[in-house]
Amino acid sequence: MEFISLFSNMIIPVVFIVILYNGYSKKIDLYEAFKDGAVDGMKVVFEIMPTIIGLMLAVGVLRASGALQILTNMLSGLSDLIGFPNEALPLTFMRLVSSSASVGLLLDIFETYGPDSYLGRFVSIMMSSTETIMYTMSVYFMSIKVTKTRFTLAGALLANLSGVIFSLYITKVVYGY
Amino acid sequence: MLNYIWGGMILIGILVSAFTGNMEAVTNTTIQSSRDAITLCITILGVISMWSGMMNIAEKSGLIDTLSNKMLPLLKIIFNELDEDSKAFKYIATNIIANMFGLGYAATPAGIKAMVEMQKDNKHKEVATNSMCIFMIINMSSLQIVSMNIIAYRAQYGSINPSEIIGPGLITTVVSTIVGVGCAKFFAYRSR
Repeated sequence: MEFISLFSNMIIPVVFIVILYNGYSKKIDLYEAFKDGAVDGMKVVFEIMPTIIGLMLAVGVLRASGALQILTNMLSGLSDLIGFPNEALPLTFMRLVSSSASVGLLLDIFETYGPDSYLGRFVSIMMSSTETIMYTMSVYFMSIKVTKTRFTLAGALLANLSGVIFSLYITKVVYGY
Repeated sequence: MLNYIWGGMILIGILVSAFTGNMEAVTNTTIQSSRDAITLCITILGVISMWSGMMNIAEKSGLIDTLSNKMLPLLKIIFNELDEDSKAFKYIATNIIANMFGLGYAATPAGIKAMVEMQKDNKHKEVATNSMCIFMIINMSSLQIVSMNIIAYRAQYGSINPSEIIGPGLITTVVSTIVGVGCAKFFAYRSR
């Protein structure tokens, strides 16, 4: 598994080389473009700030009240059955519905168990390889007024389910749990 | 959707705390988590800005367009029901490449244009065509090469090697996309 960690460490530098090389060969002002983009990135963070406050608040209340624990315990029968970590189940469901609400739950797992724990690594990989379904579907199909979406939901759910299962598998293989 | 989820989470939390006797903890959390949220945003500010700066170079120098063109032959195979010279191909390619680089703001407009183009040749306007369904499934199967947000969050919570998840994450992304395309093609074939 040396290879995978080497790959993880190399990808950002490689992406940078490709981008910079391409930028120079097209003779654009790289530094100006970088600064413009960085400003946009800042705006994005400022825009999501209220969302992050709102959702960390909501997840914080759920956690402090003991409700998150009760939910996790209720789901434990189901997750034990399929060998799935209990604590990640609320996040896994939320991931399909709302991208920002799932970030709130992700941060809660990082805070409680640490990002380098089994659970922390699994949810990191899972979050980076799954996508919110409901919101995306409604935006795209509503824009062209399609109401019968046929097999879209089934296909998207299967793709994301495979992402969840495979991230659990790869976490175990790569980090030797 | 979030309207109900968000309010519901807080209300359920407060209600449960009345029974579990955690009302004080809930009160403290409201202060603590709002503070944590801002600390988090300030630390991810640097990483996210750096990444979008780099991605802006990629976009301005035409890298996104170049890569989109390279994708076309593959797309002609996957979307075999579209007209050979349909304008949708270009938009689908841009949407996929922009998603790969995590450029949501560039991906969504291109994706919607792709849907509009596909809708032009659709005989039953309220029913999605096979190509639309396949495109949506690919779009929602996660395509992003590097999830910078997740890495920034990991760094904030003290990970020793925040970017160690890139490799496993990318492999998983490829798997879920292949499963998505496979399922989509199967469903499309069966419904013919």
